[in-house]
Amino acid sequence: MLSRTAENIYWLSRYIERAENTARIIDAASRLAALPIGYGGSSNEWESALAATGSLPAFQSHYDFATAENVVEFLAFSSTNPSSIRNCLEVARANARAIRTALTTEMWEAINSAWLELKAQSSRGLALAGLSDFLRFVKQTSLTFDGSAYRTMLRNDAYYFSRIGVYIERADATARIIDVKYHVLLPPGAPVGGSLDYFQWSSILRSVSALTAYHWVYRENLKPWLVADLLILNAEMPRSIASCYDNLTRYLDLLARDYGRQGPSQRLSRATASKLDSAKIDEIFQSGLHEFLTELIDANNRLGATISEQYLV
Amino acid sequence: MMAKAFDEMTALGSDTRSGYELVKSWLANTPTDLLKQRQHEAELLFRRIGITFNVYGDAEGEERLIPFDIIPRILTRPEWDRLSKGLTQRVTALNMFLKDVYGKAECLRAGIIPEDLVYRNPYFRPEMLGLNLPHDIYVMIAGIDIVRVDADTFYVLEDNARTPSGVSYMLENREVMLRLFPELCSRHRIAPVENYADELLNSLKSLAPRSASGDPTVAVLTPGPFNSAFYEHSFLADKLGAELVEGRDLYVRDNVLYMRTTEGPKRVDVVYRRVDDDFIDPLSFRPDSVLGVPGLMSAYRAGNLTLANAVGTGVADDKAVYSYMPEIIRFYTGEDAILKNVPTYRCREPDAVRYVLEHIEELVVKEVDGSGGYGMLVGPKADKATCAAFREKLAAHPEKFIAQPTLALSTCPTFVGEGVAPRHVDLRPYVLTGADGVRTVPGGLTRVALKEGSLVVNSSQGGGTKDTWVIDPFRPGMASEAQTPIVIHSPEPPVVDGATPEAALQQSQSQS
Repeated sequence: MLSRTAENIYWLSRYIERAENTARIIDAASRLAALPIGYGGSSNEWESALAATGSLPAFQSHYDFATAENVVEFLAFSSTNPSSIRNCLEVARANARAIRTALTTEMWEAINSAWLELKAQSSRGLALAGLSDFLRFVKQTSLTFDGSAYRTMLRNDAYYFSRIGVYIERADATARIIDVKYHVLLPPGAPVGGSLDYFQWSSILRSVSALTAYHWVYRENLKPWLVADLLILNAEMPRSIASCYDNLTRYLDLLARDYGRQGPSQRLSRATASKLDSAKIDEIFQSGLHEFLTELIDANNRLGATISEQYLV
Repeated sequence: MMAKAFDEMTALGSDTRSGYELVKSWLANTPTDLLKQRQHEAELLFRRIGITFNVYGDAEGEERLIPFDIIPRILTRPEWDRLSKGLTQRVTALNMFLKDVYGKAECLRAGIIPEDLVYRNPYFRPEMLGLNLPHDIYVMIAGIDIVRVDADTFYVLEDNARTPSGVSYMLENREVMLRLFPELCSRHRIAPVENYADELLNSLKSLAPRSASGDPTVAVLTPGPFNSAFYEHSFLADKLGAELVEGRDLYVRDNVLYMRTTEGPKRVDVVYRRVDDDFIDPLSFRPDSVLGVPGLMSAYRAGNLTLANAVGTGVADDKAVYSYMPEIIRFYTGEDAILKNVPTYRCREPDAVRYVLEHIEELVVKEVDGSGGYGMLVGPKADKATCAAFREKLAAHPEKFIAQPTLALSTCPTFVGEGVAPRHVDLRPYVLTGADGVRTVPGGLTRVALKEGSLVVNSSQGGGTKDTWVIDPFRPGMASEAQTPIVIHSPEPPVVDGATPEAALQQSQSQS
C-alpha cells in the first residue's frame, strides 16, 4: 500500500486512541478532584492530569495555574492544544477523509458522524456543564471506531498499521499515567492503605478502565505494587504495557510475513516485549519504577520512529 | 422574451410524453409529505456517506452537499441511441483533431480552423508536438454537456475534454434512488450505469504504455483533500481498485514513474489524473506547483506512462474551438455532426462582436476558457448595469468571449419545497475511449437549476442533480400497468418510544 495511506491509518488510529485516553484521564481527575482534601482531593489533580497527557509544558505557556475549568478547556476543547480531544478528532477525521478508500464504510461513518456531532456541539458552545456527556461521547466514538475496524477491515497491512498505531499510543499513555503517579505507588511513606492513597490508586485504575479487572485478577484490596503489576506486566490486561507489546510484536510480525522481510521495528518490539516478559514487579520497584518507566517511554518513542522510517516514508 | 420551455414530462401542455407515464402517476398518487420525507432521507444518506464538495473561498460551508432531486429524469431508448451515436462521433473527432493538432496539422492547412486559435490557445502544449500516444487516444474520458430545447432537438453546449467531473454523482444518485424507491425503479427497465468504473478501468488499462507489464498499474492522481472534487477522486479510486495518490506519493527515476509504498517503490503505468496540466510537473509547467511530480513529463515523453486525459487536450474543449466542431467533425469523419452545436457568435470576428454588443441583453456571453458557470453573462436575466459592465469587458477583449442565443432549456418536474414544479435541466453524459473504441454509459448526470426560472445548473452556483434513466418505452400492452398507482410503503408506524425509523436514522448520524 501507499506509504502515505499507511501513515494516515496509523495516525488516525493513534489520534482516536489518544482522544479516548485523554477523556479517561479527565474523567479520573474530576472524580479525584471531587473528593474532600482528606481523601486525596487536591488541586494538584488537574496538574497531574496535564502531566499524564504529556501536555503540562504546553499548558503552562498559556495559563498561570491549573484549575478545573482551564485544564478541562485545554485538554478537551482547546484549539491551541494539538492533543486536545477536539483536535484529535478533527485531525483523525481529516486523515480519514484523505484516505477514505482505505477505510471501510463503517469506520468512515463512525469517525464522520463523530465529527459532525462535534461540530454541532461546538456551535452550541462546549462547557464544563456538559463534560460527562462529552467524555461519554468520546469513549463511545473510540469504541465504535475500534469495533468497526475489528469487524469490517480486511486482515491485511492496512489493518496491521491501524492496530500498531493503537498499541504504540496506548503503551505510551499507560506508561505516562503510572509514571505521573509513581510516587503514590512507592511502598514506604504514607501509611499504606490510607484513604489518600486508596483513592489515588483507584483513580489510576479507573483512568485505564481497569478497576474491575483488578479485583478479578488479584481478588485483593488495592495494593500499590499490584496496581503497577497489573498495568505494566500483566499481559491479560488489555491496556497494560505488556499486552501492548504482545500485540505490537504480533502485528509487526504479520507485516513482516506479508512483506517477506523482518526489520528493525520487529527487533525493537521483540526486545521490549521480552524485557517485560521476564521482569518482576518487586525488582522493578527496587531498581526504580520511575527509571523503568522512563526507559519504556523512550523505547516506545524509538519504536514509533523506527516504524515510520521503515514503512511510512 | 424567452419562449416557453419544453417540459420533458408534459411537452408544452398536459400530455404525458413517452417514458414518463409511470412517474406521472406516481407523482399524482404520492402525498407531498411522503415525497418530502424521502427527499430528507436522501439528504441524510448523502451527508452520512460524505458525498460532498468543497466550495473555494467559503469558510462556512467548507463541505457542502449538492442538492439531489428525487424525481428522475427520463430518456427513452430511441432518444438515447441517437444521443449515443452523436457522442461517439463527436469524441472520435475530438481525438482525431488532437492527434492532428499535435501531429501533421492538416486541419490547419486545410483552413478548417484559424491557426492562432490553436497555437495561441492557452491550453495548447508544445511539449505534446510529435508525441505518439498509444492508439492515438488523447481523451479517454469526456463529458459532453447537452441541452434540449424540444422533442427532437439536442444541442451540445460544451465539450469537457480535460477533467470532466460529476460521474460519482451519476453513480451515487442511482444507488440512492434504488434504496429509496425500489418499487418505482423495478417497474421501469432502467439501463444500468454501475459498470462505468469497470469500463473505465478496461479503457485505461488498454491504453497502458508498451513498456508496462502485462497487468498495468493504474493510479488516480488527486490534488488532495482540499480540492472541490476530492470526494469524487477517492470514490473513483475505490471503484477502480486503484491507489489514490497525491504528487508527493510519486517520483520519477530514469524516466519511469514510481509510487512510494510500504514495500518500497512500485512502478505506475497509467495515471488517471485529476490535476490540471499547469500543475502536473513543476519542471515542465508551473514551477510553483506542489501538486505535481517533478519529471512526470519526461516519463510521459519517454513513452513509459499514460496520462488520462493526455496533456494538452484543453485545446479541444475551448469554447472558441467549440464553435468549429461541426467543421472539425466533417473534416475527420466525413459525416455531418449528429449532435448540433448551439449557434455561436465568435466575438473574435468583427461582425459577430458588433452584433453581440448590440444584442447583449438577449444573449448568453461566456469566456472562452471559463468553466463552472463563472465569468458568464445571461443577458435576459441581468440588469442594465451588469450588461453595461460586461459590454466593456467584451469590447476590450472580444477574442476572449463567445456568445449564444438564450436557449429555452427543457424543464423536468422537480420537487421543490412544497410540491412539484418544472425546473430547467441539462445533461452531461460520460464518454470513454479505449484501445477498442468508444463507449457511452446510458444516461449521465442531469443537472437541474433549482431556482425558479434559472438557467444556471452548475453545482458551484446552486444547481442540483437528478438521477437519469434510460428506459425502454412502455409498449401499448403495458399501458395499464403504467397506470396502476404505485404505493410507496410508508415507514412503519412508531414502534418503541415513539421513535420512527426516520428519527432513528436521523439520530444515528447526527444530533444536529
